[in-house]
Amino acid sequence: MSYRIVHYINQFFAGIGGEEKADYKPEAREGVVGPGQALNAAFKGRAEIVGTVICGDSYFAEHMAEASAEILEMIRKFSPDAVIAGPAFNAGRYGTASGAVLELVSRELKIPVVGGMYPENPGVELYRKSAYIVRTSDSARGMGPAVQGMAALALKLLDGEKIGTPEEEGYIERGLRKNIFLDKVGGERAAEMLARKLRGEPFKTEYPMPVFDRVAPNPPILDMKKAVVALVTSGGIVPKGNPDHIEASSATHYGEYSLEGVLTADADHYETAHGGYDPTYANKDPNRVLPVDVLRQLEKEGVIGKLHEKYYSTVGNGTSVANAKRFGEEIVGKLKKDGVDAVIVTST
Amino acid sequence: MKLELHKMQIKSMAWGAKTGVKDGVLSVCKEDVLSLVKTDPNFLKVEVDLALPGDKTRIIPVKDVVEPRCKLEGKNGIFPGMISDVETVGYGKTLVLEGAAVVTCGKVVGFQEGIIDMSGPAADYTPFAHTCNLVLVVDPVEGLERHDYEASLRIAGLKVAEFLAKSAAGMPADSVEAYEAKPLKEAMTDYPGLPKVAYLYMLQSQGLLHDTYVYGVDAKKILPTLINFTEVFDGAIVSGNCVSACDKNSTYYHLNNPIIKAMAARHGKDYNFVGVIITNENVTLADKKRSSSYAVKLAQTLGVDGLLISEEGFGNPDADLIMNCRKAENAGIRTVLVTDEYAGRDGASQSLADAAKEADAVVTAGNANEIIILPAMEKVIGYPTYADVIAGGFQGSLRQDGSIEVELQAITGATSELGFTRISAITI
Repeated sequence: MSYRIVHYINQFFAGIGGEEKADYKPEAREGVVGPGQALNAAFKGRAEIVGTVICGDSYFAEHMAEASAEILEMIRKFSPDAVIAGPAFNAGRYGTASGAVLELVSRELKIPVVGGMYPENPGVELYRKSAYIVRTSDSARGMGPAVQGMAALALKLLDGEKIGTPEEEGYIERGLRKNIFLDKVGGERAAEMLARKLRGEPFKTEYPMPVFDRVAPNPPILDMKKAVVALVTSGGIVPKGNPDHIEASSATHYGEYSLEGVLTADADHYETAHGGYDPTYANKDPNRVLPVDVLRQLEKEGVIGKLHEKYYSTVGNGTSVANAKRFGEEIVGKLKKDGVDAVIVTST
Repeated sequence: MKLELHKMQIKSMAWGAKTGVKDGVLSVCKEDVLSLVKTDPNFLKVEVDLALPGDKTRIIPVKDVVEPRCKLEGKNGIFPGMISDVETVGYGKTLVLEGAAVVTCGKVVGFQEGIIDMSGPAADYTPFAHTCNLVLVVDPVEGLERHDYEASLRIAGLKVAEFLAKSAAGMPADSVEAYEAKPLKEAMTDYPGLPKVAYLYMLQSQGLLHDTYVYGVDAKKILPTLINFTEVFDGAIVSGNCVSACDKNSTYYHLNNPIIKAMAARHGKDYNFVGVIITNENVTLADKKRSSSYAVKLAQTLGVDGLLISEEGFGNPDADLIMNCRKAENAGIRTVLVTDEYAGRDGASQSLADAAKEADAVVTAGNANEIIILPAMEKVIGYPTYADVIAGGFQGSLRQDGSIEVELQAITGATSELGFTRISAITI
């Protein structure tokens, strides 16, 4: 008996269309579609793709909660033993969508899941802890080795075999710490490492320290009376209705909103999209997180030159460092271009 | 300062009419042990039991483990400032009953921990599954202050350990190990071609059950200072019992500090091991700054090129570890750190509460949050219902069938930051 596999792909690899079809809604089809063919061949009869679930990348990004629920149901109906998504290569939204699907399947159906991505795909940083993601090339030219690796890892997981290191198995390091037993006790390993370090010989630390970016503060502004001050928040204050659908957690984007003519961030027009804190007080008076009222007052009093006419908002709840860094770089670029002198960054 | 460790190998332990060693078997007269411990008016009830390697026995909650040792030659006794005078130790001859251990159990505070399984999967994680253990289970008199209970329990374990060793004094040892901690004048000029190194030995000092004693002095009251490693072998450093059992150094671990042994073994070959600096891990920022600066200053005074630093405990002491590392590296002293990790049950979280780019050489004793399932045992010594409230255990961790689901954190000595075990961790 062979294992039952469900394959998740996007509209492009399903042959439906490119960017113009990226709003394609979730659809389930029996059997293989597109790259499923190669995947099936790589299983050599030990597993078979019984169904394929397709979704447009933009549709998934814009309707994440809805699309996820729908896709999960479609997958569940095929009663799979494992789910494979992609390979997504370096396609960012495809990688993010397939990672999200794999995370959901793993959590809800508790079956093995395997993805395939280029290491720099943003989906890797977001989902490598939740799913095995096989390392692929950056484009579909690497389809052959990608599906071979994904099929092999999926079979190993299905057989309940011990999974080796990222190097041995070809998956991207998941960032999970796992205990092992070595030949020597820790005291001896440390004494030896010290000898090597002092001799200038190569040694391998057993715990690579995470590196935190430290930002040196800029010199203070000499004349605040002329300064243009902007507001940026990770507290999730958005115009009512959350027009850009910023996620309640693990945000993948941020919003840019006009403050022209806005005197206060009142509850009739603003709310928080943040899912990581009790929103009661922020929703009652969004100025508590995005202090537009106070800054307008300071503007009036002449303490500051001017409140910048746009503000930027995202949700800092479980948001990956990689995404947060990208948001920051992009927002800073825009603020600089607009001639902003100072920024007040608020959290929750 | 020269010290000889006269080691007798203990292969088994049994009750007997008289306490003594014969053919590798340590016979213990129960009455002798009971009467020795019962002299403390703080104890309401004392029980003693045996737990041998391979037994289907669980000991819980373990507070400390002590190796039986006594002085054969030298002016003072073992465990100075505790059960002997405060005079200097670390020279002469010391008898060691290797393979034997005294294990103490008690309900000192509400949250208890420390599990030793003599067989099964947890036996791979604790060296005390492989020693012949005399277990003391000691209940306090009603109304006794927790600090007083802790102190009495600590002394009881040390007294019994010395008593057991003394019963074999005068008998021929199976092996003799000779150690020498040289005066600085000589140590500094030895092996001129080799780099000089020291060991920075961090002692936990965060409060009740997170304490350590040096010659009877609470380590939170010391400034960093020098100690000869032979003094450590004679019990100059004693554990103030434990809550977090996996990485609190038991007295047994101090007596057998594997870092000291490994550095001593490389002395004259890879480097010139000139000395040991002890420091503490107090909870206030001022203390942390003072102790780390003072310890690194001592290392600079010794003129060392390298410093091996071991942490004790986790969380708050991570800050001390990183301060020690950063200050030493910035002073041009190369460091290697020994720690353990709290990366969450799935291993996905950041392992330490602090980090530094200077900490580029780290030995880890594993992720203490990793889950282990302990099967039911035929016999439980101590208080089995405590599995539910031990750090590293959680509600419902003691299952109906007697098995326990816990984090490694609950296993005595499992993630030793003195590097006692072979455990490590990798990133997958």
